[in-house]
Amino acid sequence: MDFLISDEQKQLQDLIHQFIQKDYPFDVREKLVKTEEGFSKDFWKTFSQFGLLAMPFSEEDGGFNGGPVDIMIILEAFGTGLIVEPYIPNIVLSGNLVSKLGSKDQKDAILPNLLNGDMQLAFAFSEPQSRFNLNDVTTAAEKDGDGYKLNGYKCVVMNGPAADKLIVSARTAGSQLDENGISLFIVDRETKGLSLRDYSNVDGSKASELTLEDVVLTKDALLGKQDKAFSTIEEVVNLATLAISAEAIGIMQKMNELTLEYTKTREQFGQALSQFQALQHRMVDTFMVHEQTKSLLLMAAAKMNDKSEDAVKSISALKYQVGNAAKLIGEEAIQLHGGMGVTEEMSIGHYFKRLTTIRTIFGNADYHLKKYSSL
Amino acid sequence: MNLSFSEEDLKFQSEVRSFIKENYPSEIKEKMDNGVPVSKDDIVTWQKILSKKGWFAINWPEEHGGSGWSVTQKFIFQNELAEANTPNIVPFGVSMCGPVIYTFGTEEQKERFLPDIRDNNVWWCQGYSEPGSGSDLASLKTKAEKKGDKYIVNGTKTWTTMAQHADWIFCLVRTDSSGIKQQGISFLLIDMKSPGVEVKPIITIDGSHEVNMVYLDNVEVPAENLIGEEGAGWSIAKFLLAHERTGIGGIPHLKREIRRLRQITEELPLNEGFLKDDQLFMDKLNKVEIDLLSAEFTELRTLASISAGGHPGPESSILKIGGTDLQQSLSDLYVEALGYYAHPFMSEEDLKSNEKRIGPDFAANVMPHYLNYRKVSIYGGSNEVQRNVIAKAVLGL
Repeated sequence: MDFLISDEQKQLQDLIHQFIQKDYPFDVREKLVKTEEGFSKDFWKTFSQFGLLAMPFSEEDGGFNGGPVDIMIILEAFGTGLIVEPYIPNIVLSGNLVSKLGSKDQKDAILPNLLNGDMQLAFAFSEPQSRFNLNDVTTAAEKDGDGYKLNGYKCVVMNGPAADKLIVSARTAGSQLDENGISLFIVDRETKGLSLRDYSNVDGSKASELTLEDVVLTKDALLGKQDKAFSTIEEVVNLATLAISAEAIGIMQKMNELTLEYTKTREQFGQALSQFQALQHRMVDTFMVHEQTKSLLLMAAAKMNDKSEDAVKSISALKYQVGNAAKLIGEEAIQLHGGMGVTEEMSIGHYFKRLTTIRTIFGNADYHLKKYSSL
Repeated sequence: MNLSFSEEDLKFQSEVRSFIKENYPSEIKEKMDNGVPVSKDDIVTWQKILSKKGWFAINWPEEHGGSGWSVTQKFIFQNELAEANTPNIVPFGVSMCGPVIYTFGTEEQKERFLPDIRDNNVWWCQGYSEPGSGSDLASLKTKAEKKGDKYIVNGTKTWTTMAQHADWIFCLVRTDSSGIKQQGISFLLIDMKSPGVEVKPIITIDGSHEVNMVYLDNVEVPAENLIGEEGAGWSIAKFLLAHERTGIGGIPHLKREIRRLRQITEELPLNEGFLKDDQLFMDKLNKVEIDLLSAEFTELRTLASISAGGHPGPESSILKIGGTDLQQSLSDLYVEALGYYAHPFMSEEDLKSNEKRIGPDFAANVMPHYLNYRKVSIYGGSNEVQRNVIAKAVLGL
């Protein structure tokens, strides 16, 4: 038993950290999120050259056969640099769905373009009432001749504004909460009846509201088997939950470092803030919480890697802890920065905003506590 | 001990309620109810309505236009204002500068400044913190040098709330650097139109412009604008911080917000039911409500002791810590209530536009409030400093 990563994985980690240091300082990131696109297509290409976009895919799909540990390494490093390029929506969610369920034609049309950085995807799975329940789907797909007709509404679709194609979950059978009867469809952005309302999120990412009104699709748009998409949706969202938890843990580490640094330089009452015991104890607490949450991350990644029986339960344990740790570490970091912590000017507030949205994404602490209890 | 309202109190309550109903301008109410930011004009308009009725400077001595109300009446009044969702009273003039002037000012200063505060003709802001002096306020460096009948003021103030609207600023300045730092601080009133005063916005993480840097570059201030003696600034500041701490908790407003959230849980769809079916969420909501009751009755005890002739003292730090903890917990619960819909960012222009909002109508302000409310445990003396005050002044440590 060891917690060591391989030499190749270490190289990957170093590569991303060097990229952040050299090409992705905070002011560059800030300029990017203010652009219309909200991220850099050039950097996205760079990630393709680094091999990051191909990481989780099989060799026959043009990938490197990377596993959960590789995804974890990428996203944890991304978190430290607050990278806004939409890796999770494109690669971990959408790309994986195509790779796991796609026909040869679907894969050929999508994967090479996705992996070389020329195509953007989004996965539309949440609805206003569904919250974190992936089986709660009311968007309906009825048979229409040889194909399908879709009607419904999807909310806060990550990377919606950039997406050339969207993967939409819709109900082809059963009632609102049935796991059976959920199907996936690949829909071109320009399809008639599909309308997107694009906007920015507080964390600098972009999202869309999706309205589907009599969206007519051929049978080729169906991704995977009709009615049977649920287990694959759950599988990729579990991986995405691991990924976003890793990102959160990278952010926590960075926030703790920035706070420690700040309290060493900021003086009040004739001494550095870091000299006050009341503050030292709080920084010890946030340090411990980060380390303990990271332990759960490593545990969950290893269990997913081994396809262990309790892998799903360990993901819920992880995300529950991430939710709590994110609140504590985020809020403490701002408090210890004082007024400076709430200014747009300093990076700490931006780390805080991303960490705060991650508390919700793919299920908040309450949701995962309940899920853990039920498993 | 009797905690129920008398018949007279109830009569007063209905008088206040109907006054607000008849006089609260519908266009301001609409903005408040829809989470559209109110303008300076809106705030002044509403405050002037209260002034005209004699219900603005309610805590002042009656000789200066105070209400003469009992502590219960004041409590009822604040509750009714919050219930009706009226804009928060801007405290800098009426709750901060005013009390300083009627407590420490000369007769001339009282006559000159108090009527305009009471009648809302002048907007005040507070010049306390400096880039190097936050929690350690007494280390402030803004210098006021006396030259003839003037002070020449140089320095930088920061976190100055709504300085962009202000006509006047009350400042702590250093008139003497020779002794210990608390000595040598003076309390000076400065006209914002004076040459050498420059205001620069600070944008906060919720995207709003509420606070500012105020640069003072060779600003000439008539010596008659000094309140109290030279060097008395620190004791004035302590007096004022105690006033600020009692008001800062915002309990009536929190009561309304918690009730509104409860209402929301009954309307917000969750799977086949509503958010109220989520027991973990409802438990948290109820816990916050219990904390709110503790804070409310602690505030009432403080108010009662003030009305019995006491001044708010160090124990008001309890209210500041308790009230701000609550503001933060409740703002976080609103975020949780919304799930993904807490994430879309809406600019001030988006909020003012007629386009349908993303997510439920109440969603737009939720995340900005959560982010913005990180400040409440930092300003007005950070909650760490408040704990020091309690440790030293109350527990005698």
